[in-house]
Amino acid sequence: MIIVKKLVKRFGLKTVLRGVDFEVQPGEFVALLGPNGAGKTTFLRILASLSRPSLGQVTVAGYSLPHQAAAVRARLGVVSHLPLLYGDLTAEENLRFYARMYGIANPQARITEVLEMVGLETRRRDLVRTFSRGMQQRLAIGRAVLHDPDVILFDEPYTGLDQDASAMLDNVLKTVAAKGRTVVMTSHDLARAEDLATRFDILSRGIIAASAARAQLHNTNLLAFYKEALAA
Amino acid sequence: MTEQRPASQPAPGSFLKAVSAVVWKDLQAEFRSRELFSAMLVFSLLIILIFNFALELDIKTRQSVTSGVLWATFAFAGTLGLNRSMAIEKDRGCMDGLLLAPVDRSAIYFGKVISNLAFMLVVEIIVLPVYSVLYGINLFQPGLLFVILLGSIGYAGVGTLLSAMSVQTRTRDILLPILLFPVVIPVILSAVKASGGYLEGLPFDEILSPLSLLIAYDIIFIAVAFMVFDNVVEE
Repeated sequence: MIIVKKLVKRFGLKTVLRGVDFEVQPGEFVALLGPNGAGKTTFLRILASLSRPSLGQVTVAGYSLPHQAAAVRARLGVVSHLPLLYGDLTAEENLRFYARMYGIANPQARITEVLEMVGLETRRRDLVRTFSRGMQQRLAIGRAVLHDPDVILFDEPYTGLDQDASAMLDNVLKTVAAKGRTVVMTSHDLARAEDLATRFDILSRGIIAASAARAQLHNTNLLAFYKEALAA
Repeated sequence: MTEQRPASQPAPGSFLKAVSAVVWKDLQAEFRSRELFSAMLVFSLLIILIFNFALELDIKTRQSVTSGVLWATFAFAGTLGLNRSMAIEKDRGCMDGLLLAPVDRSAIYFGKVISNLAFMLVVEIIVLPVYSVLYGINLFQPGLLFVILLGSIGYAGVGTLLSAMSVQTRTRDILLPILLFPVVIPVILSAVKASGGYLEGLPFDEILSPLSLLIAYDIIFIAVAFMVFDNVVEE
């Protein structure tokens, strides 16, 4: 579903990604872990077609980036630590706007379905700026899955959430992933990543330093694997 | 080499749907908050009031400075609106939300131009009668209104592009006028000359030259913005 070969990203003289090789099979849930400044967000922005690679090949859902970016975007949902929602529109209006941008047929039924999925059906006519951070993040997930994408990218979705909101977000993420979608999530929260993901990749110093499927971690825990990868 | 799927074509009419969606979203949000409109309107009214007290002129001189005062007012208020309109997209990451949509990015540009133009025109519709009363000059002449429309189109066209550029910097509030005013000078100059011509009652032959220039600048600026917008908004 996602194939990345020898990806390099430079910002001026600074090289952030130094030849990343990365592959995700359909239906996999990959947690992309790494310290601050490792290049996780940059990597996800390239997968999302929001940033161009300096070198290398990137294919998402069978389409090449950056040349077939519009086709990739039609099959992709993105959730970041910012909600990507308009505070002066209601929850329903935000989703209706994105439904029009994605050309969704029968948007009203789909909007209702998505609001029920993220538990915001009763708040559909409330302005987004009156929502708590957790509610905004749930609605952001609703926005990302509105067009039923094959691939979903989560960039630090737990940033700024309290325990209750994080637990609620866990349930929404599990619901989203359970539909066989391919998910890539960056996170600093190893416990949550361990709970959700089927594979763990460690991005360090601009390359994938280590990768392990959940089944391969049976003799060790994720924290030990993570520390070992960073130390290598 | 990895196998690639053939590029899918956007659905017919998706461009216009995306443009109308962006316009609808901007108008709906502004209808609720009135942040942008009220700031532009108050600022415009203050400028014409200040000019009115500062230039205690006879009726003939007033007529000759009117086009300059009007366009200075529209330009400053327009900058305020352009800055705010794009800041709304940036502050909550909404620009990324727009860029992630599978539509031609120029649809986003045209949507923003139309909504920025709408805000400018609404402010101008209110400012013109106030100016007429304060300065005792009739501004409701079809030719003059047409020039104001053309000038506003050019200003919103180039301003939307440059605000998309400046909003990505930390000094966006300062950077936009610094970038915009030198670039938009041809539009403003042509608009001032054409407006002045109508106000002074010059024959159409004499107004035709600045009017033609204004139309040409509108077309050139919007065509250039249409071509480069994708590169401007991409990281």
